[in-house]
Amino acid sequence: MLEHFWLPEGISTFSPRIDFLFTLIFWITAVVWALVTIAMIVFMVKYRTRPGRKATYIEGNPRLEILWTTVTAVILIGLALLSRSTWANIKENGPPGDVFYKVTAKQFNWEITYPGPDGKLGTADDVTVENDFHVPVNKVVRFELTSKDVIHSFFVPWIRLKQDAVPGRQIHVWFEATKKGQYEIPCAELCGFGHSGMKGTLYVESEQDFQHWLKDKYSSK
Amino acid sequence: MSSTPASAIHVGHAEHHELGFVRTYIFSTDHKMIGRQFLFMALFMMAIGGAMAMLMRWELAFPETAVPFMHWVPEPYMYDGAIPPNTYNSMFTMHATIMIFFVVMPILVGCYGNFLIPLMIGARDMAFPVLNMLSFWVGAVAGLIMLASFFVPGGPAAAGWTSYAPLSAVPVYTGVDWGQNLWCISLIVLGVSSLMGSINYITTVINMRTKGMTFFRLPLVIWSLFITAILLLLALPVLTTALALLLFDRLGGTHFFLPAGGGEPLLWQHLFWFFGHPEVYIMILPAMGMASEIIATFSRKPIFGYRAMAYAMAAIAFLSWIVWGHHMFQSGMNPALGSGFMVTTMIIGVPSAIKTFNWLGTIYKGNIHYTAAMMNALAFVAMFVIGGLSGIFMACTPVDMFIHDTYFIVAHIHYVLFGGSLFAIFGAILYWFPKMFGRMMNETLGKIHFWITFIAFNCTFFPMHILGMNGHMRRIYNPLQYDFLKPIQPINVFISISAFVLGAAQFILLANIIWSLARGKKAEANPWRANTLEWTTPIRPGHGNWDGPLPVVHHGPYEYSSPLTTEDYLPQNVEITGKAAVAH
Repeated sequence: MLEHFWLPEGISTFSPRIDFLFTLIFWITAVVWALVTIAMIVFMVKYRTRPGRKATYIEGNPRLEILWTTVTAVILIGLALLSRSTWANIKENGPPGDVFYKVTAKQFNWEITYPGPDGKLGTADDVTVENDFHVPVNKVVRFELTSKDVIHSFFVPWIRLKQDAVPGRQIHVWFEATKKGQYEIPCAELCGFGHSGMKGTLYVESEQDFQHWLKDKYSSK
Repeated sequence: MSSTPASAIHVGHAEHHELGFVRTYIFSTDHKMIGRQFLFMALFMMAIGGAMAMLMRWELAFPETAVPFMHWVPEPYMYDGAIPPNTYNSMFTMHATIMIFFVVMPILVGCYGNFLIPLMIGARDMAFPVLNMLSFWVGAVAGLIMLASFFVPGGPAAAGWTSYAPLSAVPVYTGVDWGQNLWCISLIVLGVSSLMGSINYITTVINMRTKGMTFFRLPLVIWSLFITAILLLLALPVLTTALALLLFDRLGGTHFFLPAGGGEPLLWQHLFWFFGHPEVYIMILPAMGMASEIIATFSRKPIFGYRAMAYAMAAIAFLSWIVWGHHMFQSGMNPALGSGFMVTTMIIGVPSAIKTFNWLGTIYKGNIHYTAAMMNALAFVAMFVIGGLSGIFMACTPVDMFIHDTYFIVAHIHYVLFGGSLFAIFGAILYWFPKMFGRMMNETLGKIHFWITFIAFNCTFFPMHILGMNGHMRRIYNPLQYDFLKPIQPINVFISISAFVLGAAQFILLANIIWSLARGKKAEANPWRANTLEWTTPIRPGHGNWDGPLPVVHHGPYEYSSPLTTEDYLPQNVEITGKAAVAH
């Protein structure tokens, strides 16, 4: 059970960066929380009412106000600036893709479209599979995410990736998985009575296994 | 408007004796009675919202098993006591809707806004008493419409309290038809009620302060309610607009939010959160104000940094208009815009931190009296700290990519709204009960209720952070459908058992309220030896509040343990002659 008291294993190229930010914020907030709570408990015990006690008349302290305002602002804005490049790298640009797909969400399945033998999406030989998302390990996967009906959200916890699928929009998404295995792809945005249980599987495979699976799939079409 | 100027009421201040039962208890224009009406309405709704939370927790701990004692619920809402997915979706939708719009807002703004503003600024009533009465009754109609939606075919709304389009905009997507329509209509009607209230509060605070009550002598709770009223006035019309568009999409085929007809699903989210984020602060600012009153009174010490506290609230209110995009980081909104919202969101943490440090400064070197009200107010601070700090995780866009739409968010909102607002509300009920009903609440019951609630609250909501860190999605009906959630199911069971204790503990509060109303110790005029003006009236003030002339204010509200007096408090209306009067 104890191993579940922290983040699950990260298996993408950007997961260490996200986990670093999470850990950094965790320690900052943990220290601030501990300091505030200890101060509060000390004050609560030390200044509890006793016979003959009188409170000290203090109206405030402008220097302290300036101090804690500045320190808080510097830490928080610093965190935002530190996070900015990670975010831009994941959601704004990212590396050029090695393999390409189209992922279409619908109530209550993920449709994964593979480009077919010609290697191009949007042609007649495209192959669409429900819920099975096969990708090669250590390759940049790029896909266009959309939805046929309501908003869904593509979520792979181990990749640390979440992106809403919005009808009427093609949203570019990328990731690079670094460890082979099978991972669930739950829908993270409420999408109707079948929302719970809407899931696909991400198969991260070696290049050979991936090509093998593709060949099987294409020939059986 | 045919309302009598409130200042004219005292002309015949025996007048309230002549009002009949209906004018006194039902269609009352007395702000104090309207405040009580809001309180009882909200407590009733809290029972309904709380019961739904209990059902949800059963489902999450023991998925797809029959809930005890629920076999009587007809199909298709339940199957021999077992909850089907759509009913579960309806429950979390209505739990949030009821708790936000019909519990927390009515208590903070409707009840205490009404009750406290005239009494604490030295006015005989609100600026527009008839409008005030209408505000309650329009709100009550909205509540009835919302409750009626439970009984229409298809059941109540099931698209979440955020009602994201297109899910909410097309009946077949949820299977809910008139339930969602009534949800929209109810909230539109409630918006009208809120508008009437907020205009009234703003006018009253600006125009009807008694002699000597300058803005910077206002108690912080009045500052908070004043700022909240401005937020309400500006935010609610945006929600009303969005709801009207949604209703047109549902009933008239307009396609504002449906891409098939050229609409844009994200438009709903922008409108909703442009309202929704100020709304979050509408639900916390008055709680901050109440906690400030209670903490200063029972620390017997001035509020540390009074002006900083008032400015911080104004800053929060201003910033609350430019952070809404942080709800939409993963929505498909331009990610560059996400970076901008990340910065504003981080900045709004600053005034919240200022407030926390000033509360700590207030208890420092105080003479702290641990009444049940004080314990709840201190719990508010401690829990608000956790809720505020966990918000930093979400503000960070890359981290949000992982924890968005997980139980981490559920934990965060409940630390702010339950740990924050609701603990402040418990404190406020205890603190102002003698003013509202002329009797004290039972301290022992109050403390028992506090401790059980405090412990059970933390056992319920803190482990949700851990669920979220495991990627446990919110709004799912059966976690066991996912292999990766099966190992952490014991946490769900633990949370549910804690939640049942938390729910059961609220019967202690209910018992305390009922017992104290009937048998509570009769209160003296100023039972807490507080400074603010509401304690200068007779303990059960009539219509018009003060029997004689209005009080005149000579100091700020927090002159506790002032070196100018031998007492440890100095009511705002007590004049100290000589050079002492220079102070504030």
